[in-house]
Amino acid sequence: MTEKTKDPIKSSEMDPKFKYEISKMHGGEKLLRCFQCGTCTSDCPVARFSETYRPRQIIRMAQLGLKERLLKSDTLWLCASCFTCTDRCPQGVEVASVIRVLRNLAAEKGIVPQVFKDQASSILESGYAYRIPELRVKKRESLGLPPLPKSNPESIRKSLARVKFLKVIEKQGE
Amino acid sequence: MATKYLIFLGCAIPYRVSAYEISARKVLQKLGVELVEMPEFNCCGLPLDPVSHEMMLILAARNLALAEQKGLNILTLCPGCAGTLKKVSKMLKEDKVLREEINHHLKESGLEFKGTTEAKHLMQVLIEDVGIEKIKDSIVKPLTMLKVAEHNGCHILRPKEFIGFDDPEDPKTLKTLIEATGAKCLDYIDETECCGAPSVGVSDKVALQLARDKLNHIKMVDAQALITICPFCHIMYDTNELRIERMFNETYGIPVLHYPQLLGLAMGMSPEELAFSELRVDTSKIIKQVMEGAS
Repeated sequence: MTEKTKDPIKSSEMDPKFKYEISKMHGGEKLLRCFQCGTCTSDCPVARFSETYRPRQIIRMAQLGLKERLLKSDTLWLCASCFTCTDRCPQGVEVASVIRVLRNLAAEKGIVPQVFKDQASSILESGYAYRIPELRVKKRESLGLPPLPKSNPESIRKSLARVKFLKVIEKQGE
Repeated sequence: MATKYLIFLGCAIPYRVSAYEISARKVLQKLGVELVEMPEFNCCGLPLDPVSHEMMLILAARNLALAEQKGLNILTLCPGCAGTLKKVSKMLKEDKVLREEINHHLKESGLEFKGTTEAKHLMQVLIEDVGIEKIKDSIVKPLTMLKVAEHNGCHILRPKEFIGFDDPEDPKTLKTLIEATGAKCLDYIDETECCGAPSVGVSDKVALQLARDKLNHIKMVDAQALITICPFCHIMYDTNELRIERMFNETYGIPVLHYPQLLGLAMGMSPEELAFSELRVDTSKIIKQVMEGAS
């Protein structure tokens, strides 16, 4: 994973409760079943081209409770969410979802790649994940397409009012 | 048999993949599928799942609740949207506690998820509702001169437990739909692998290597075109093909068509009608072959 992974693991770094924290979250329930066979890593299309991204290693680190190392790791964000690992895991571990749980925990600590912040703010403002240029919206008519469905940002914001992640990025924006 | 749907465009299609929408609307109209526009729209939620599962669930549930108010099922062109809406619908139907929690959020904006509508991807509507026989009957210009390759979007296949459509290890639907046009659909190495699109923005280099690997395998079997059913996969192969060629010193020249563009050609529609001009990789060679009918 990161350079830091090469450092020897100290017992003080391991949080024995971390695996139970993950197991309580949607998609993380079966973390403890992993017996490190490596099907996930060998079938992962990203691992094929990345020297650092290894789903099996991420799962083991989660089981060991290496919370800080994991949540600060850049490679956590490389998963393409193709779900091949989840479908092929002989133990039924939802590998991609465990990685998503870890990313969500990192995001709650404010560790979020810029692309996700941009998409979140675009959704809050316009309903769409990308800021669709006015020219594109107008061009629809000349292409013979119906008008783009309107969104209701006020209603969206009301539904999302209690979402923890938004509070984190709001705080960062201050 | 439901042939009236709420069309859910998603975000990528209106942003930069209009050829897919134009061609899909044309062929669906020809096949008698009526499309109603979403009364109100927000992103399906998938792009934000990595940072907030909670936010994804709420955004998806809002769309399902809006569709319920209209009493119609959803048709999406994007496998990401279809997969997300399917997954969330299943989760909320099966987990009462989660449903109540999400409905508590929706209540703030006067919405409620009841679980009465279904979301389907274009491929699923074509195969399950329209039916392959009706599609075959609509063909006036069989594309027997073409040999193509297919690329399914991951999210309409996996995770199998939640999606339950086709076989993720050996998907047949897109192949069947392609062969209905008369074109031959070739097998190639690692057909079901991801195009890499979701990693763009985090590491473009890794993402483009995934797409390059697929293009190499497609080139190996001499496919004349690649057929996709996902806006993101299409961006990876079509919009980025020249970039990949430059970056890795490769030559592909493989046109990338949205499936409804292929079907539309076989239905006798013109390349202009099907927005071929919006595609980045040159399609003139295959259009010429189709027009001349030579194999």
